[in-house]
Amino acid sequence: MIEGILVEGLIYGIMVLGVFITFRILDFPDLTVDGSFPLGAALMVQGILLGYNGWVALLMAFVGGVMAGVVTAIIHNHLKVPNLLAGILTMTMLYSINIRILGNRANVPLLNQDTILSSVSTRFAGIVPDEYLLLVFFIIVVLVIKLLIDQFFRTDLGMTMGAMGNNEQMVISQGVNPKTLKTIGVGLSNGLVAVSGAFAAQYLGFADVGLGQGIIISGLASVMIGEFLVMKSNKIGVLTLCAIMGSILFHGVMYLGRYYGYLINMTPNDLNLIKGLLIIVLLVLTQSRKLKKFAAKAMVSK
Amino acid sequence: MIELKNTSMLFGAGTVNENLALKEINLKVKEGDFITVIGSNGAGKSTLFNLIAGTIIPTTGSISVNNIDVTREPEYRRARYIGRIFQNPLLGTASNMSLEDNMMITYRKGFKWLKRSLNSKMREFFRKELIQLKMGLEERMKENLAMFSGGQRQALTLLMMVLSKPALVLLDEHTAALDPKNAAIVLELTDKFIKEYKLTSMMITHNMSHAIEYGNRLLMMDKGEIIFDIEGDEKKALTVEKLIAKFHELRHANFENDRALLTEE
Ligand SMILES: Nc1ncnc2c1ncn2[C@@H]1O[C@H](COP(=O)(O)OP(=O)(O)OP(=O)(O)O)[C@@H](O)[C@H]1O
Ligand SMILES: [Mg+2]
Repeated sequence: MIEGILVEGLIYGIMVLGVFITFRILDFPDLTVDGSFPLGAALMVQGILLGYNGWVALLMAFVGGVMAGVVTAIIHNHLKVPNLLAGILTMTMLYSINIRILGNRANVPLLNQDTILSSVSTRFAGIVPDEYLLLVFFIIVVLVIKLLIDQFFRTDLGMTMGAMGNNEQMVISQGVNPKTLKTIGVGLSNGLVAVSGAFAAQYLGFADVGLGQGIIISGLASVMIGEFLVMKSNKIGVLTLCAIMGSILFHGVMYLGRYYGYLINMTPNDLNLIKGLLIIVLLVLTQSRKLKKFAAKAMVSK
Repeated sequence: MIELKNTSMLFGAGTVNENLALKEINLKVKEGDFITVIGSNGAGKSTLFNLIAGTIIPTTGSISVNNIDVTREPEYRRARYIGRIFQNPLLGTASNMSLEDNMMITYRKGFKWLKRSLNSKMREFFRKELIQLKMGLEERMKENLAMFSGGQRQALTLLMMVLSKPALVLLDEHTAALDPKNAAIVLELTDKFIKEYKLTSMMITHNMSHAIEYGNRLLMMDKGEIIFDIEGDEKKALTVEKLIAKFHELRHANFENDRALLTEE
């Protein structure tokens, strides 16, 4: 059970990192995610079925996700459409595109195919106990992705992007086009989301156009849980770690809801309600924490 | 160096709010000028800066830099040679990042690549520069800017702007949001940096004595026009009284009214 939660938390944690980049670093609430997650799954499954190596299929998923994000950014930048609407537009179009990628089907299973996960299992069988194999693999994958993201945000380009969400004027004053930064950031974010979808498809054994439904809410809830773990930090390494931890905790809560919810008469259909309520509770808690801090400051200054 | 030719700015054309904020402005800013700009609320001072910086595009007329027409060049491109500081200290720095990150971001203008420039050599350089501010910021380079006061942030914005070596500096009431003590410190630093680095600058202020004390040239604006433009010895001989008298001579406006608009202290 616990490995299951951890593995799911890690797989979806890659998506949470993407959501963290758009929502928190760029201050660009991007809803493309609900479409780019199943896009990654579809490209992965179809890639494997077409006989490509799993890693090549994963790369295709990443590139597909980046392209989806770039489309959203372009719609927003050049047609002056609000970012929320731009994301919804791309997401809606992706629904049809994903079905096309899956060969006009809504669900395509990966029956007995060689995936990245299956090749890892055969290669490391015996070295790592079977039940921990996937866990170890995903810890390594997510750690590598996290460290790459951390490195990116320590470069000049990444740092400038870090200033974007807080102060767009400062970015302009630096002689940098904020549209370019948004395009890079939203593209990168959706690339990560698609990679997450690609791993989810291998883990679940199928790709489904409905996989992305409500993903953005899960991502946002995870980001918020992660933020709740630490007081504000300006260290990118801490922030990305929190996002991943948030994802694991979120999947823990969902797991409890799914398997023990019946104790309080809950059905799996209630999970979406729980997700929404979770976000609301977190919002209330963060607000009151902010207010308390504010009150404390006011007291000190008096 | 910068030249505005018959530049006008009309807001809300065709609506009831139609407002000619600038009327056929002609202005030549020479290399090395330090121009103070004064004028009542709504005179068009910030609009003039917005036009020069490229935040807005003029309705008519042109703007050129070193004889190259930049009228339609977007703001972010012009920012590569223009350093601008606003009244709001929050606009110059990113609150969610550390002091050293902020300095690194603003150190070089233009697009940033996947290079990691922030190393120990850079940090040492920033530390030395920060000492000039005499605010002890050199000991707080890893701290978030949200922890700093408005005065500290504005002084820092000024230093960061100077280090990026702009060809033209635009200061829009950059001390107005600060308490008197910090305002005085930031203004002194401004004057020091402008002289030291020989920066071509324009500074909007509501304070007549500052407008007289600083710079080599003074512009007075009213209702979208530059009504008064003096420099050199003539500017040196200026006093607050003479400035008010000049305003009356030109505008025949009510004394009490504009005394309230232009503070002299
Ligand atoms: N973006 C805008 N849209 C419409 N009207 C504007 C805009 N910006 C400025 N104005 C108008 O143009 C006129 C000049 O404004 P501006 O901000 O340049 O004045 P100012 O001299 O900087 O005044 P202050 O001393 O109050 O800062 C004002 O009447 C203002 O309402
Ligand atoms: Mg103004």
